[in-house]
Amino acid sequence: MEFFIDPSRCIGCQACVHACAECESHRGVSMIHLDYVDRASSPQTTPTVCMHCEDPTCARVCPADAIKQTAEGVVQSALQPRCIGCSNCVLACPFGVPRYLGEMDQMMKCDMCYDRTSADLKPMCATVCPSGALFFGTKEEIEQKRQEKPINRFTFGRQVVTTKVHLMVGDPASDEMEFDVASFCEGVGS
Amino acid sequence: MAIPPLSEQELIQQYGPHLNYEPPGGWLAEHEPDRLVKTHCCFCGVQCGIQLKVHNDKVVGFEPWEDFPVNQGKLCPKGVKRYLQNNHPDRLLHPLIRTGSGFREADWEAALSLVVENIQRIQEQYGKDAFAVLSGASVTNEKAYLMGKFARVALQTANIDYNGRLCMVSAGAANKMAFGIDRAANPWSDIPLTQLVLVTGSNVGECFPILTDYLWRARDNGAKLIAIDPRMTPVARTADLFLPVRPGRDSALMNGILHILIEHDWVDHDFINAHTKGFESVQAAVAEYTPQRTAEISGVPAASIVRAAEMWAEAEKSMLLHARGIEHHTKGVENVLSCINLVLATGRIGKPGCGYGTITGQGNGQGGREHGQRCNQLPGGRDIENPQHRAEIARIWKIDESDLPHIGLTAVELMDAVDTGQIKGLLSLSFNPLVSLPDTKLTRSALEKLEFYAAIDPFMSETARYADVVLAGSLQEEDEGTVTNGEGRVVRIRQAVPPPGNARVDWEIIVDIAHRLGKELLFPYAEPEDLFRELCRASAGGPVDYAGLNYAKIEQHNGIFWPCPSREHPGTPRLFEDGAFAHSDGKAQFHAVTYRPPDEDVDAAYPIIMTSGRVVSQYLSGTQTRRIGPLVDQYPGPQIEVHPRLAEQYDIQSGDMVCVESRRSSVTLPALVVRTIRPDTIFIPYHWPGEQAANRVTNRALDPISKIPEFKVCAVRLRKVEAGV
Repeated sequence: MEFFIDPSRCIGCQACVHACAECESHRGVSMIHLDYVDRASSPQTTPTVCMHCEDPTCARVCPADAIKQTAEGVVQSALQPRCIGCSNCVLACPFGVPRYLGEMDQMMKCDMCYDRTSADLKPMCATVCPSGALFFGTKEEIEQKRQEKPINRFTFGRQVVTTKVHLMVGDPASDEMEFDVASFCEGVGS
Repeated sequence: MAIPPLSEQELIQQYGPHLNYEPPGGWLAEHEPDRLVKTHCCFCGVQCGIQLKVHNDKVVGFEPWEDFPVNQGKLCPKGVKRYLQNNHPDRLLHPLIRTGSGFREADWEAALSLVVENIQRIQEQYGKDAFAVLSGASVTNEKAYLMGKFARVALQTANIDYNGRLCMVSAGAANKMAFGIDRAANPWSDIPLTQLVLVTGSNVGECFPILTDYLWRARDNGAKLIAIDPRMTPVARTADLFLPVRPGRDSALMNGILHILIEHDWVDHDFINAHTKGFESVQAAVAEYTPQRTAEISGVPAASIVRAAEMWAEAEKSMLLHARGIEHHTKGVENVLSCINLVLATGRIGKPGCGYGTITGQGNGQGGREHGQRCNQLPGGRDIENPQHRAEIARIWKIDESDLPHIGLTAVELMDAVDTGQIKGLLSLSFNPLVSLPDTKLTRSALEKLEFYAAIDPFMSETARYADVVLAGSLQEEDEGTVTNGEGRVVRIRQAVPPPGNARVDWEIIVDIAHRLGKELLFPYAEPEDLFRELCRASAGGPVDYAGLNYAKIEQHNGIFWPCPSREHPGTPRLFEDGAFAHSDGKAQFHAVTYRPPDEDVDAAYPIIMTSGRVVSQYLSGTQTRRIGPLVDQYPGPQIEVHPRLAEQYDIQSGDMVCVESRRSSVTLPALVVRTIRPDTIFIPYHWPGEQAANRVTNRALDPISKIPEFKVCAVRLRKVEAGV
């Protein structure tokens, strides 16, 4: 089972953000960020969960070697005894995922609901997401169901990042959609 | 004079809304659940399945219920956080009796004696109808049934109505007129099977978030989406075709689309001939709605109207869905009929992946309107003025038909009658009219005139502050029962925890009052299923037939769709198969609609259209959701959505305070300047009370047939309020 994100389906409801905060391992604190891209011009929102890089930049830049990967490739929060709170990981992550939590003096991030996935449950966010923007299932299943294609290779300047989590990518033409309602009203006359 | 006994600040200090953020004992407490209770969300008409985690008789969290077919574990933020309303610091734990200086805690004997004494006094002095009942559509079917019977049999008043009058009654009336029955025609599982979904006047992503997934499943299968809305909503943003209709012009737009279909003969003559009546009148009525004329009225470009008709014609199967956006109008019934005309003319109903429906808004928006708590209705969807229906129900209720009251006043009219002094006493359940009715000033003035008011609620709502007695009732998770969701599926609500303190389940309170009024023998209920059994019996043979239902059967099948007339009957997910409609001749009825303007249109003095609606993190008047911290943080207070073109005229930037003024009153709120709304329209969400209430400004004018108020369009003017002024 793998994790897929399709921000184009996000309705901004924040069910994922709230559900994440229910997790036993970080109760009351959500590991998901949900942002408007530009509220003035669109209701488009985008949920950010950890992409779980194969070669995680956050772990590479950690001077305390506090960020570990599980055998399944899940990148975990900083180990509390090791984390020195330097926020290198926060600055270096190409996707903007880790957050340094002052009250816990620790970097915490999405661990793909390790407690649930290890018990054969889906991650909480992908279970509740009402729009299918967050999906947990097999690659075959999502390729069969959807027209958008999963990708997991991203280029940031000279850095190429391959991730465990997939982003669904649709027809580039849909990116050109006009988001000003006034333009949909043009040519009406009076 | 029933003005609140304390200042607003003092009332808020004592009874909230306060914000609850954490489960009982805080985040760090041990919450290993004693049990998981499979039940449903207490909010919208989708009625998502959810498992509540219970520890020491308190709801401490939730777990998705992935096997429930409607939502398959999916939830919106309200569902995720609803558990925080249980064990809430504002929860009323005792009956309260108003004193000169506030409210005092009382025992049930004292509180109910006072209620009964005042009911009897008012009815003796002013007549039976001078005491009225207002109920809600978030309550179970059992309670909806009980409220109708309680009003007619125990109080013998004609004046009972409910807050569904503010919701979808225009759709209900139109469905009865066209189809002979008031229920969504298809299960939502038909949506993924269709080729075209037309959504008009429904912000699906925020008001019925789970249905977003149904739309995407259809689109994954190749379906197209047309969205009709004055705002670019989260779902409209992704639509294949977006028609930004000017508020209040919906029937003209639908007539315009049908005009093109008829012009090109893209209609289904076989279906029209075999299964409908009245097409000729519709054909004549839409003849004048040419694309150009329709564009001028509706504000939608002619090319887009033509394209919508073409897309409708190109699809072999289609689903038309609507909600409050076309229903909250003085011509709500006409708007809905104009949609139904399109569906009938093309024969797009009664088949897999092919149909129509209103998406009911309230938790029991469907069941709440079926069992007799409407002023014009008896159980089983029966008509209170139909002699046969009256006789059938009088027999079930063991009363003389002549003792059964006739039609009473609708919710808004009822509040007006309070204001004019015709109604002197009121009992309410799960209704917060001070926030939810249009024209707040008038509602406030009415409440102040009540001689006696008793409110049943789990929280002190803004309206309950005006009560003489507040009866601490139950939350949805504290009682057993059933609810009927927006697709007509009857589902089971389970008691997860008992009511806290001295609070009681609502139905027991009502039954207790009935007994004290001397009607012990007519209200012999020991548990909710007693009420359900009587409800099912009372519905037998009626337009809304539950006769074959019982709790075990509903649970076993994850809900059953009515009509379900017998024990062996599996229920009816899809209506009108093979063109069989519910009118006595089996035919559907077209109704010609001629567009007419809103009750209050823009003019030189009030040049801007205002419309109202919901946000995803709040529910209705906010009695519950304005107390849940994470939901409040998500969208802390109402903002006025303004297009930059309009904002520029008034020198408004996002965050500026703007006064919106109508002929009734004004409201001053921060602006949110966005290109996602028509430049001639502003939008304000309505969930907040007092100074933040959108309904200070909205228009109280009613649809002549359904008596739904015109929340969705009125005329306003804007004024930027300079900082420090």
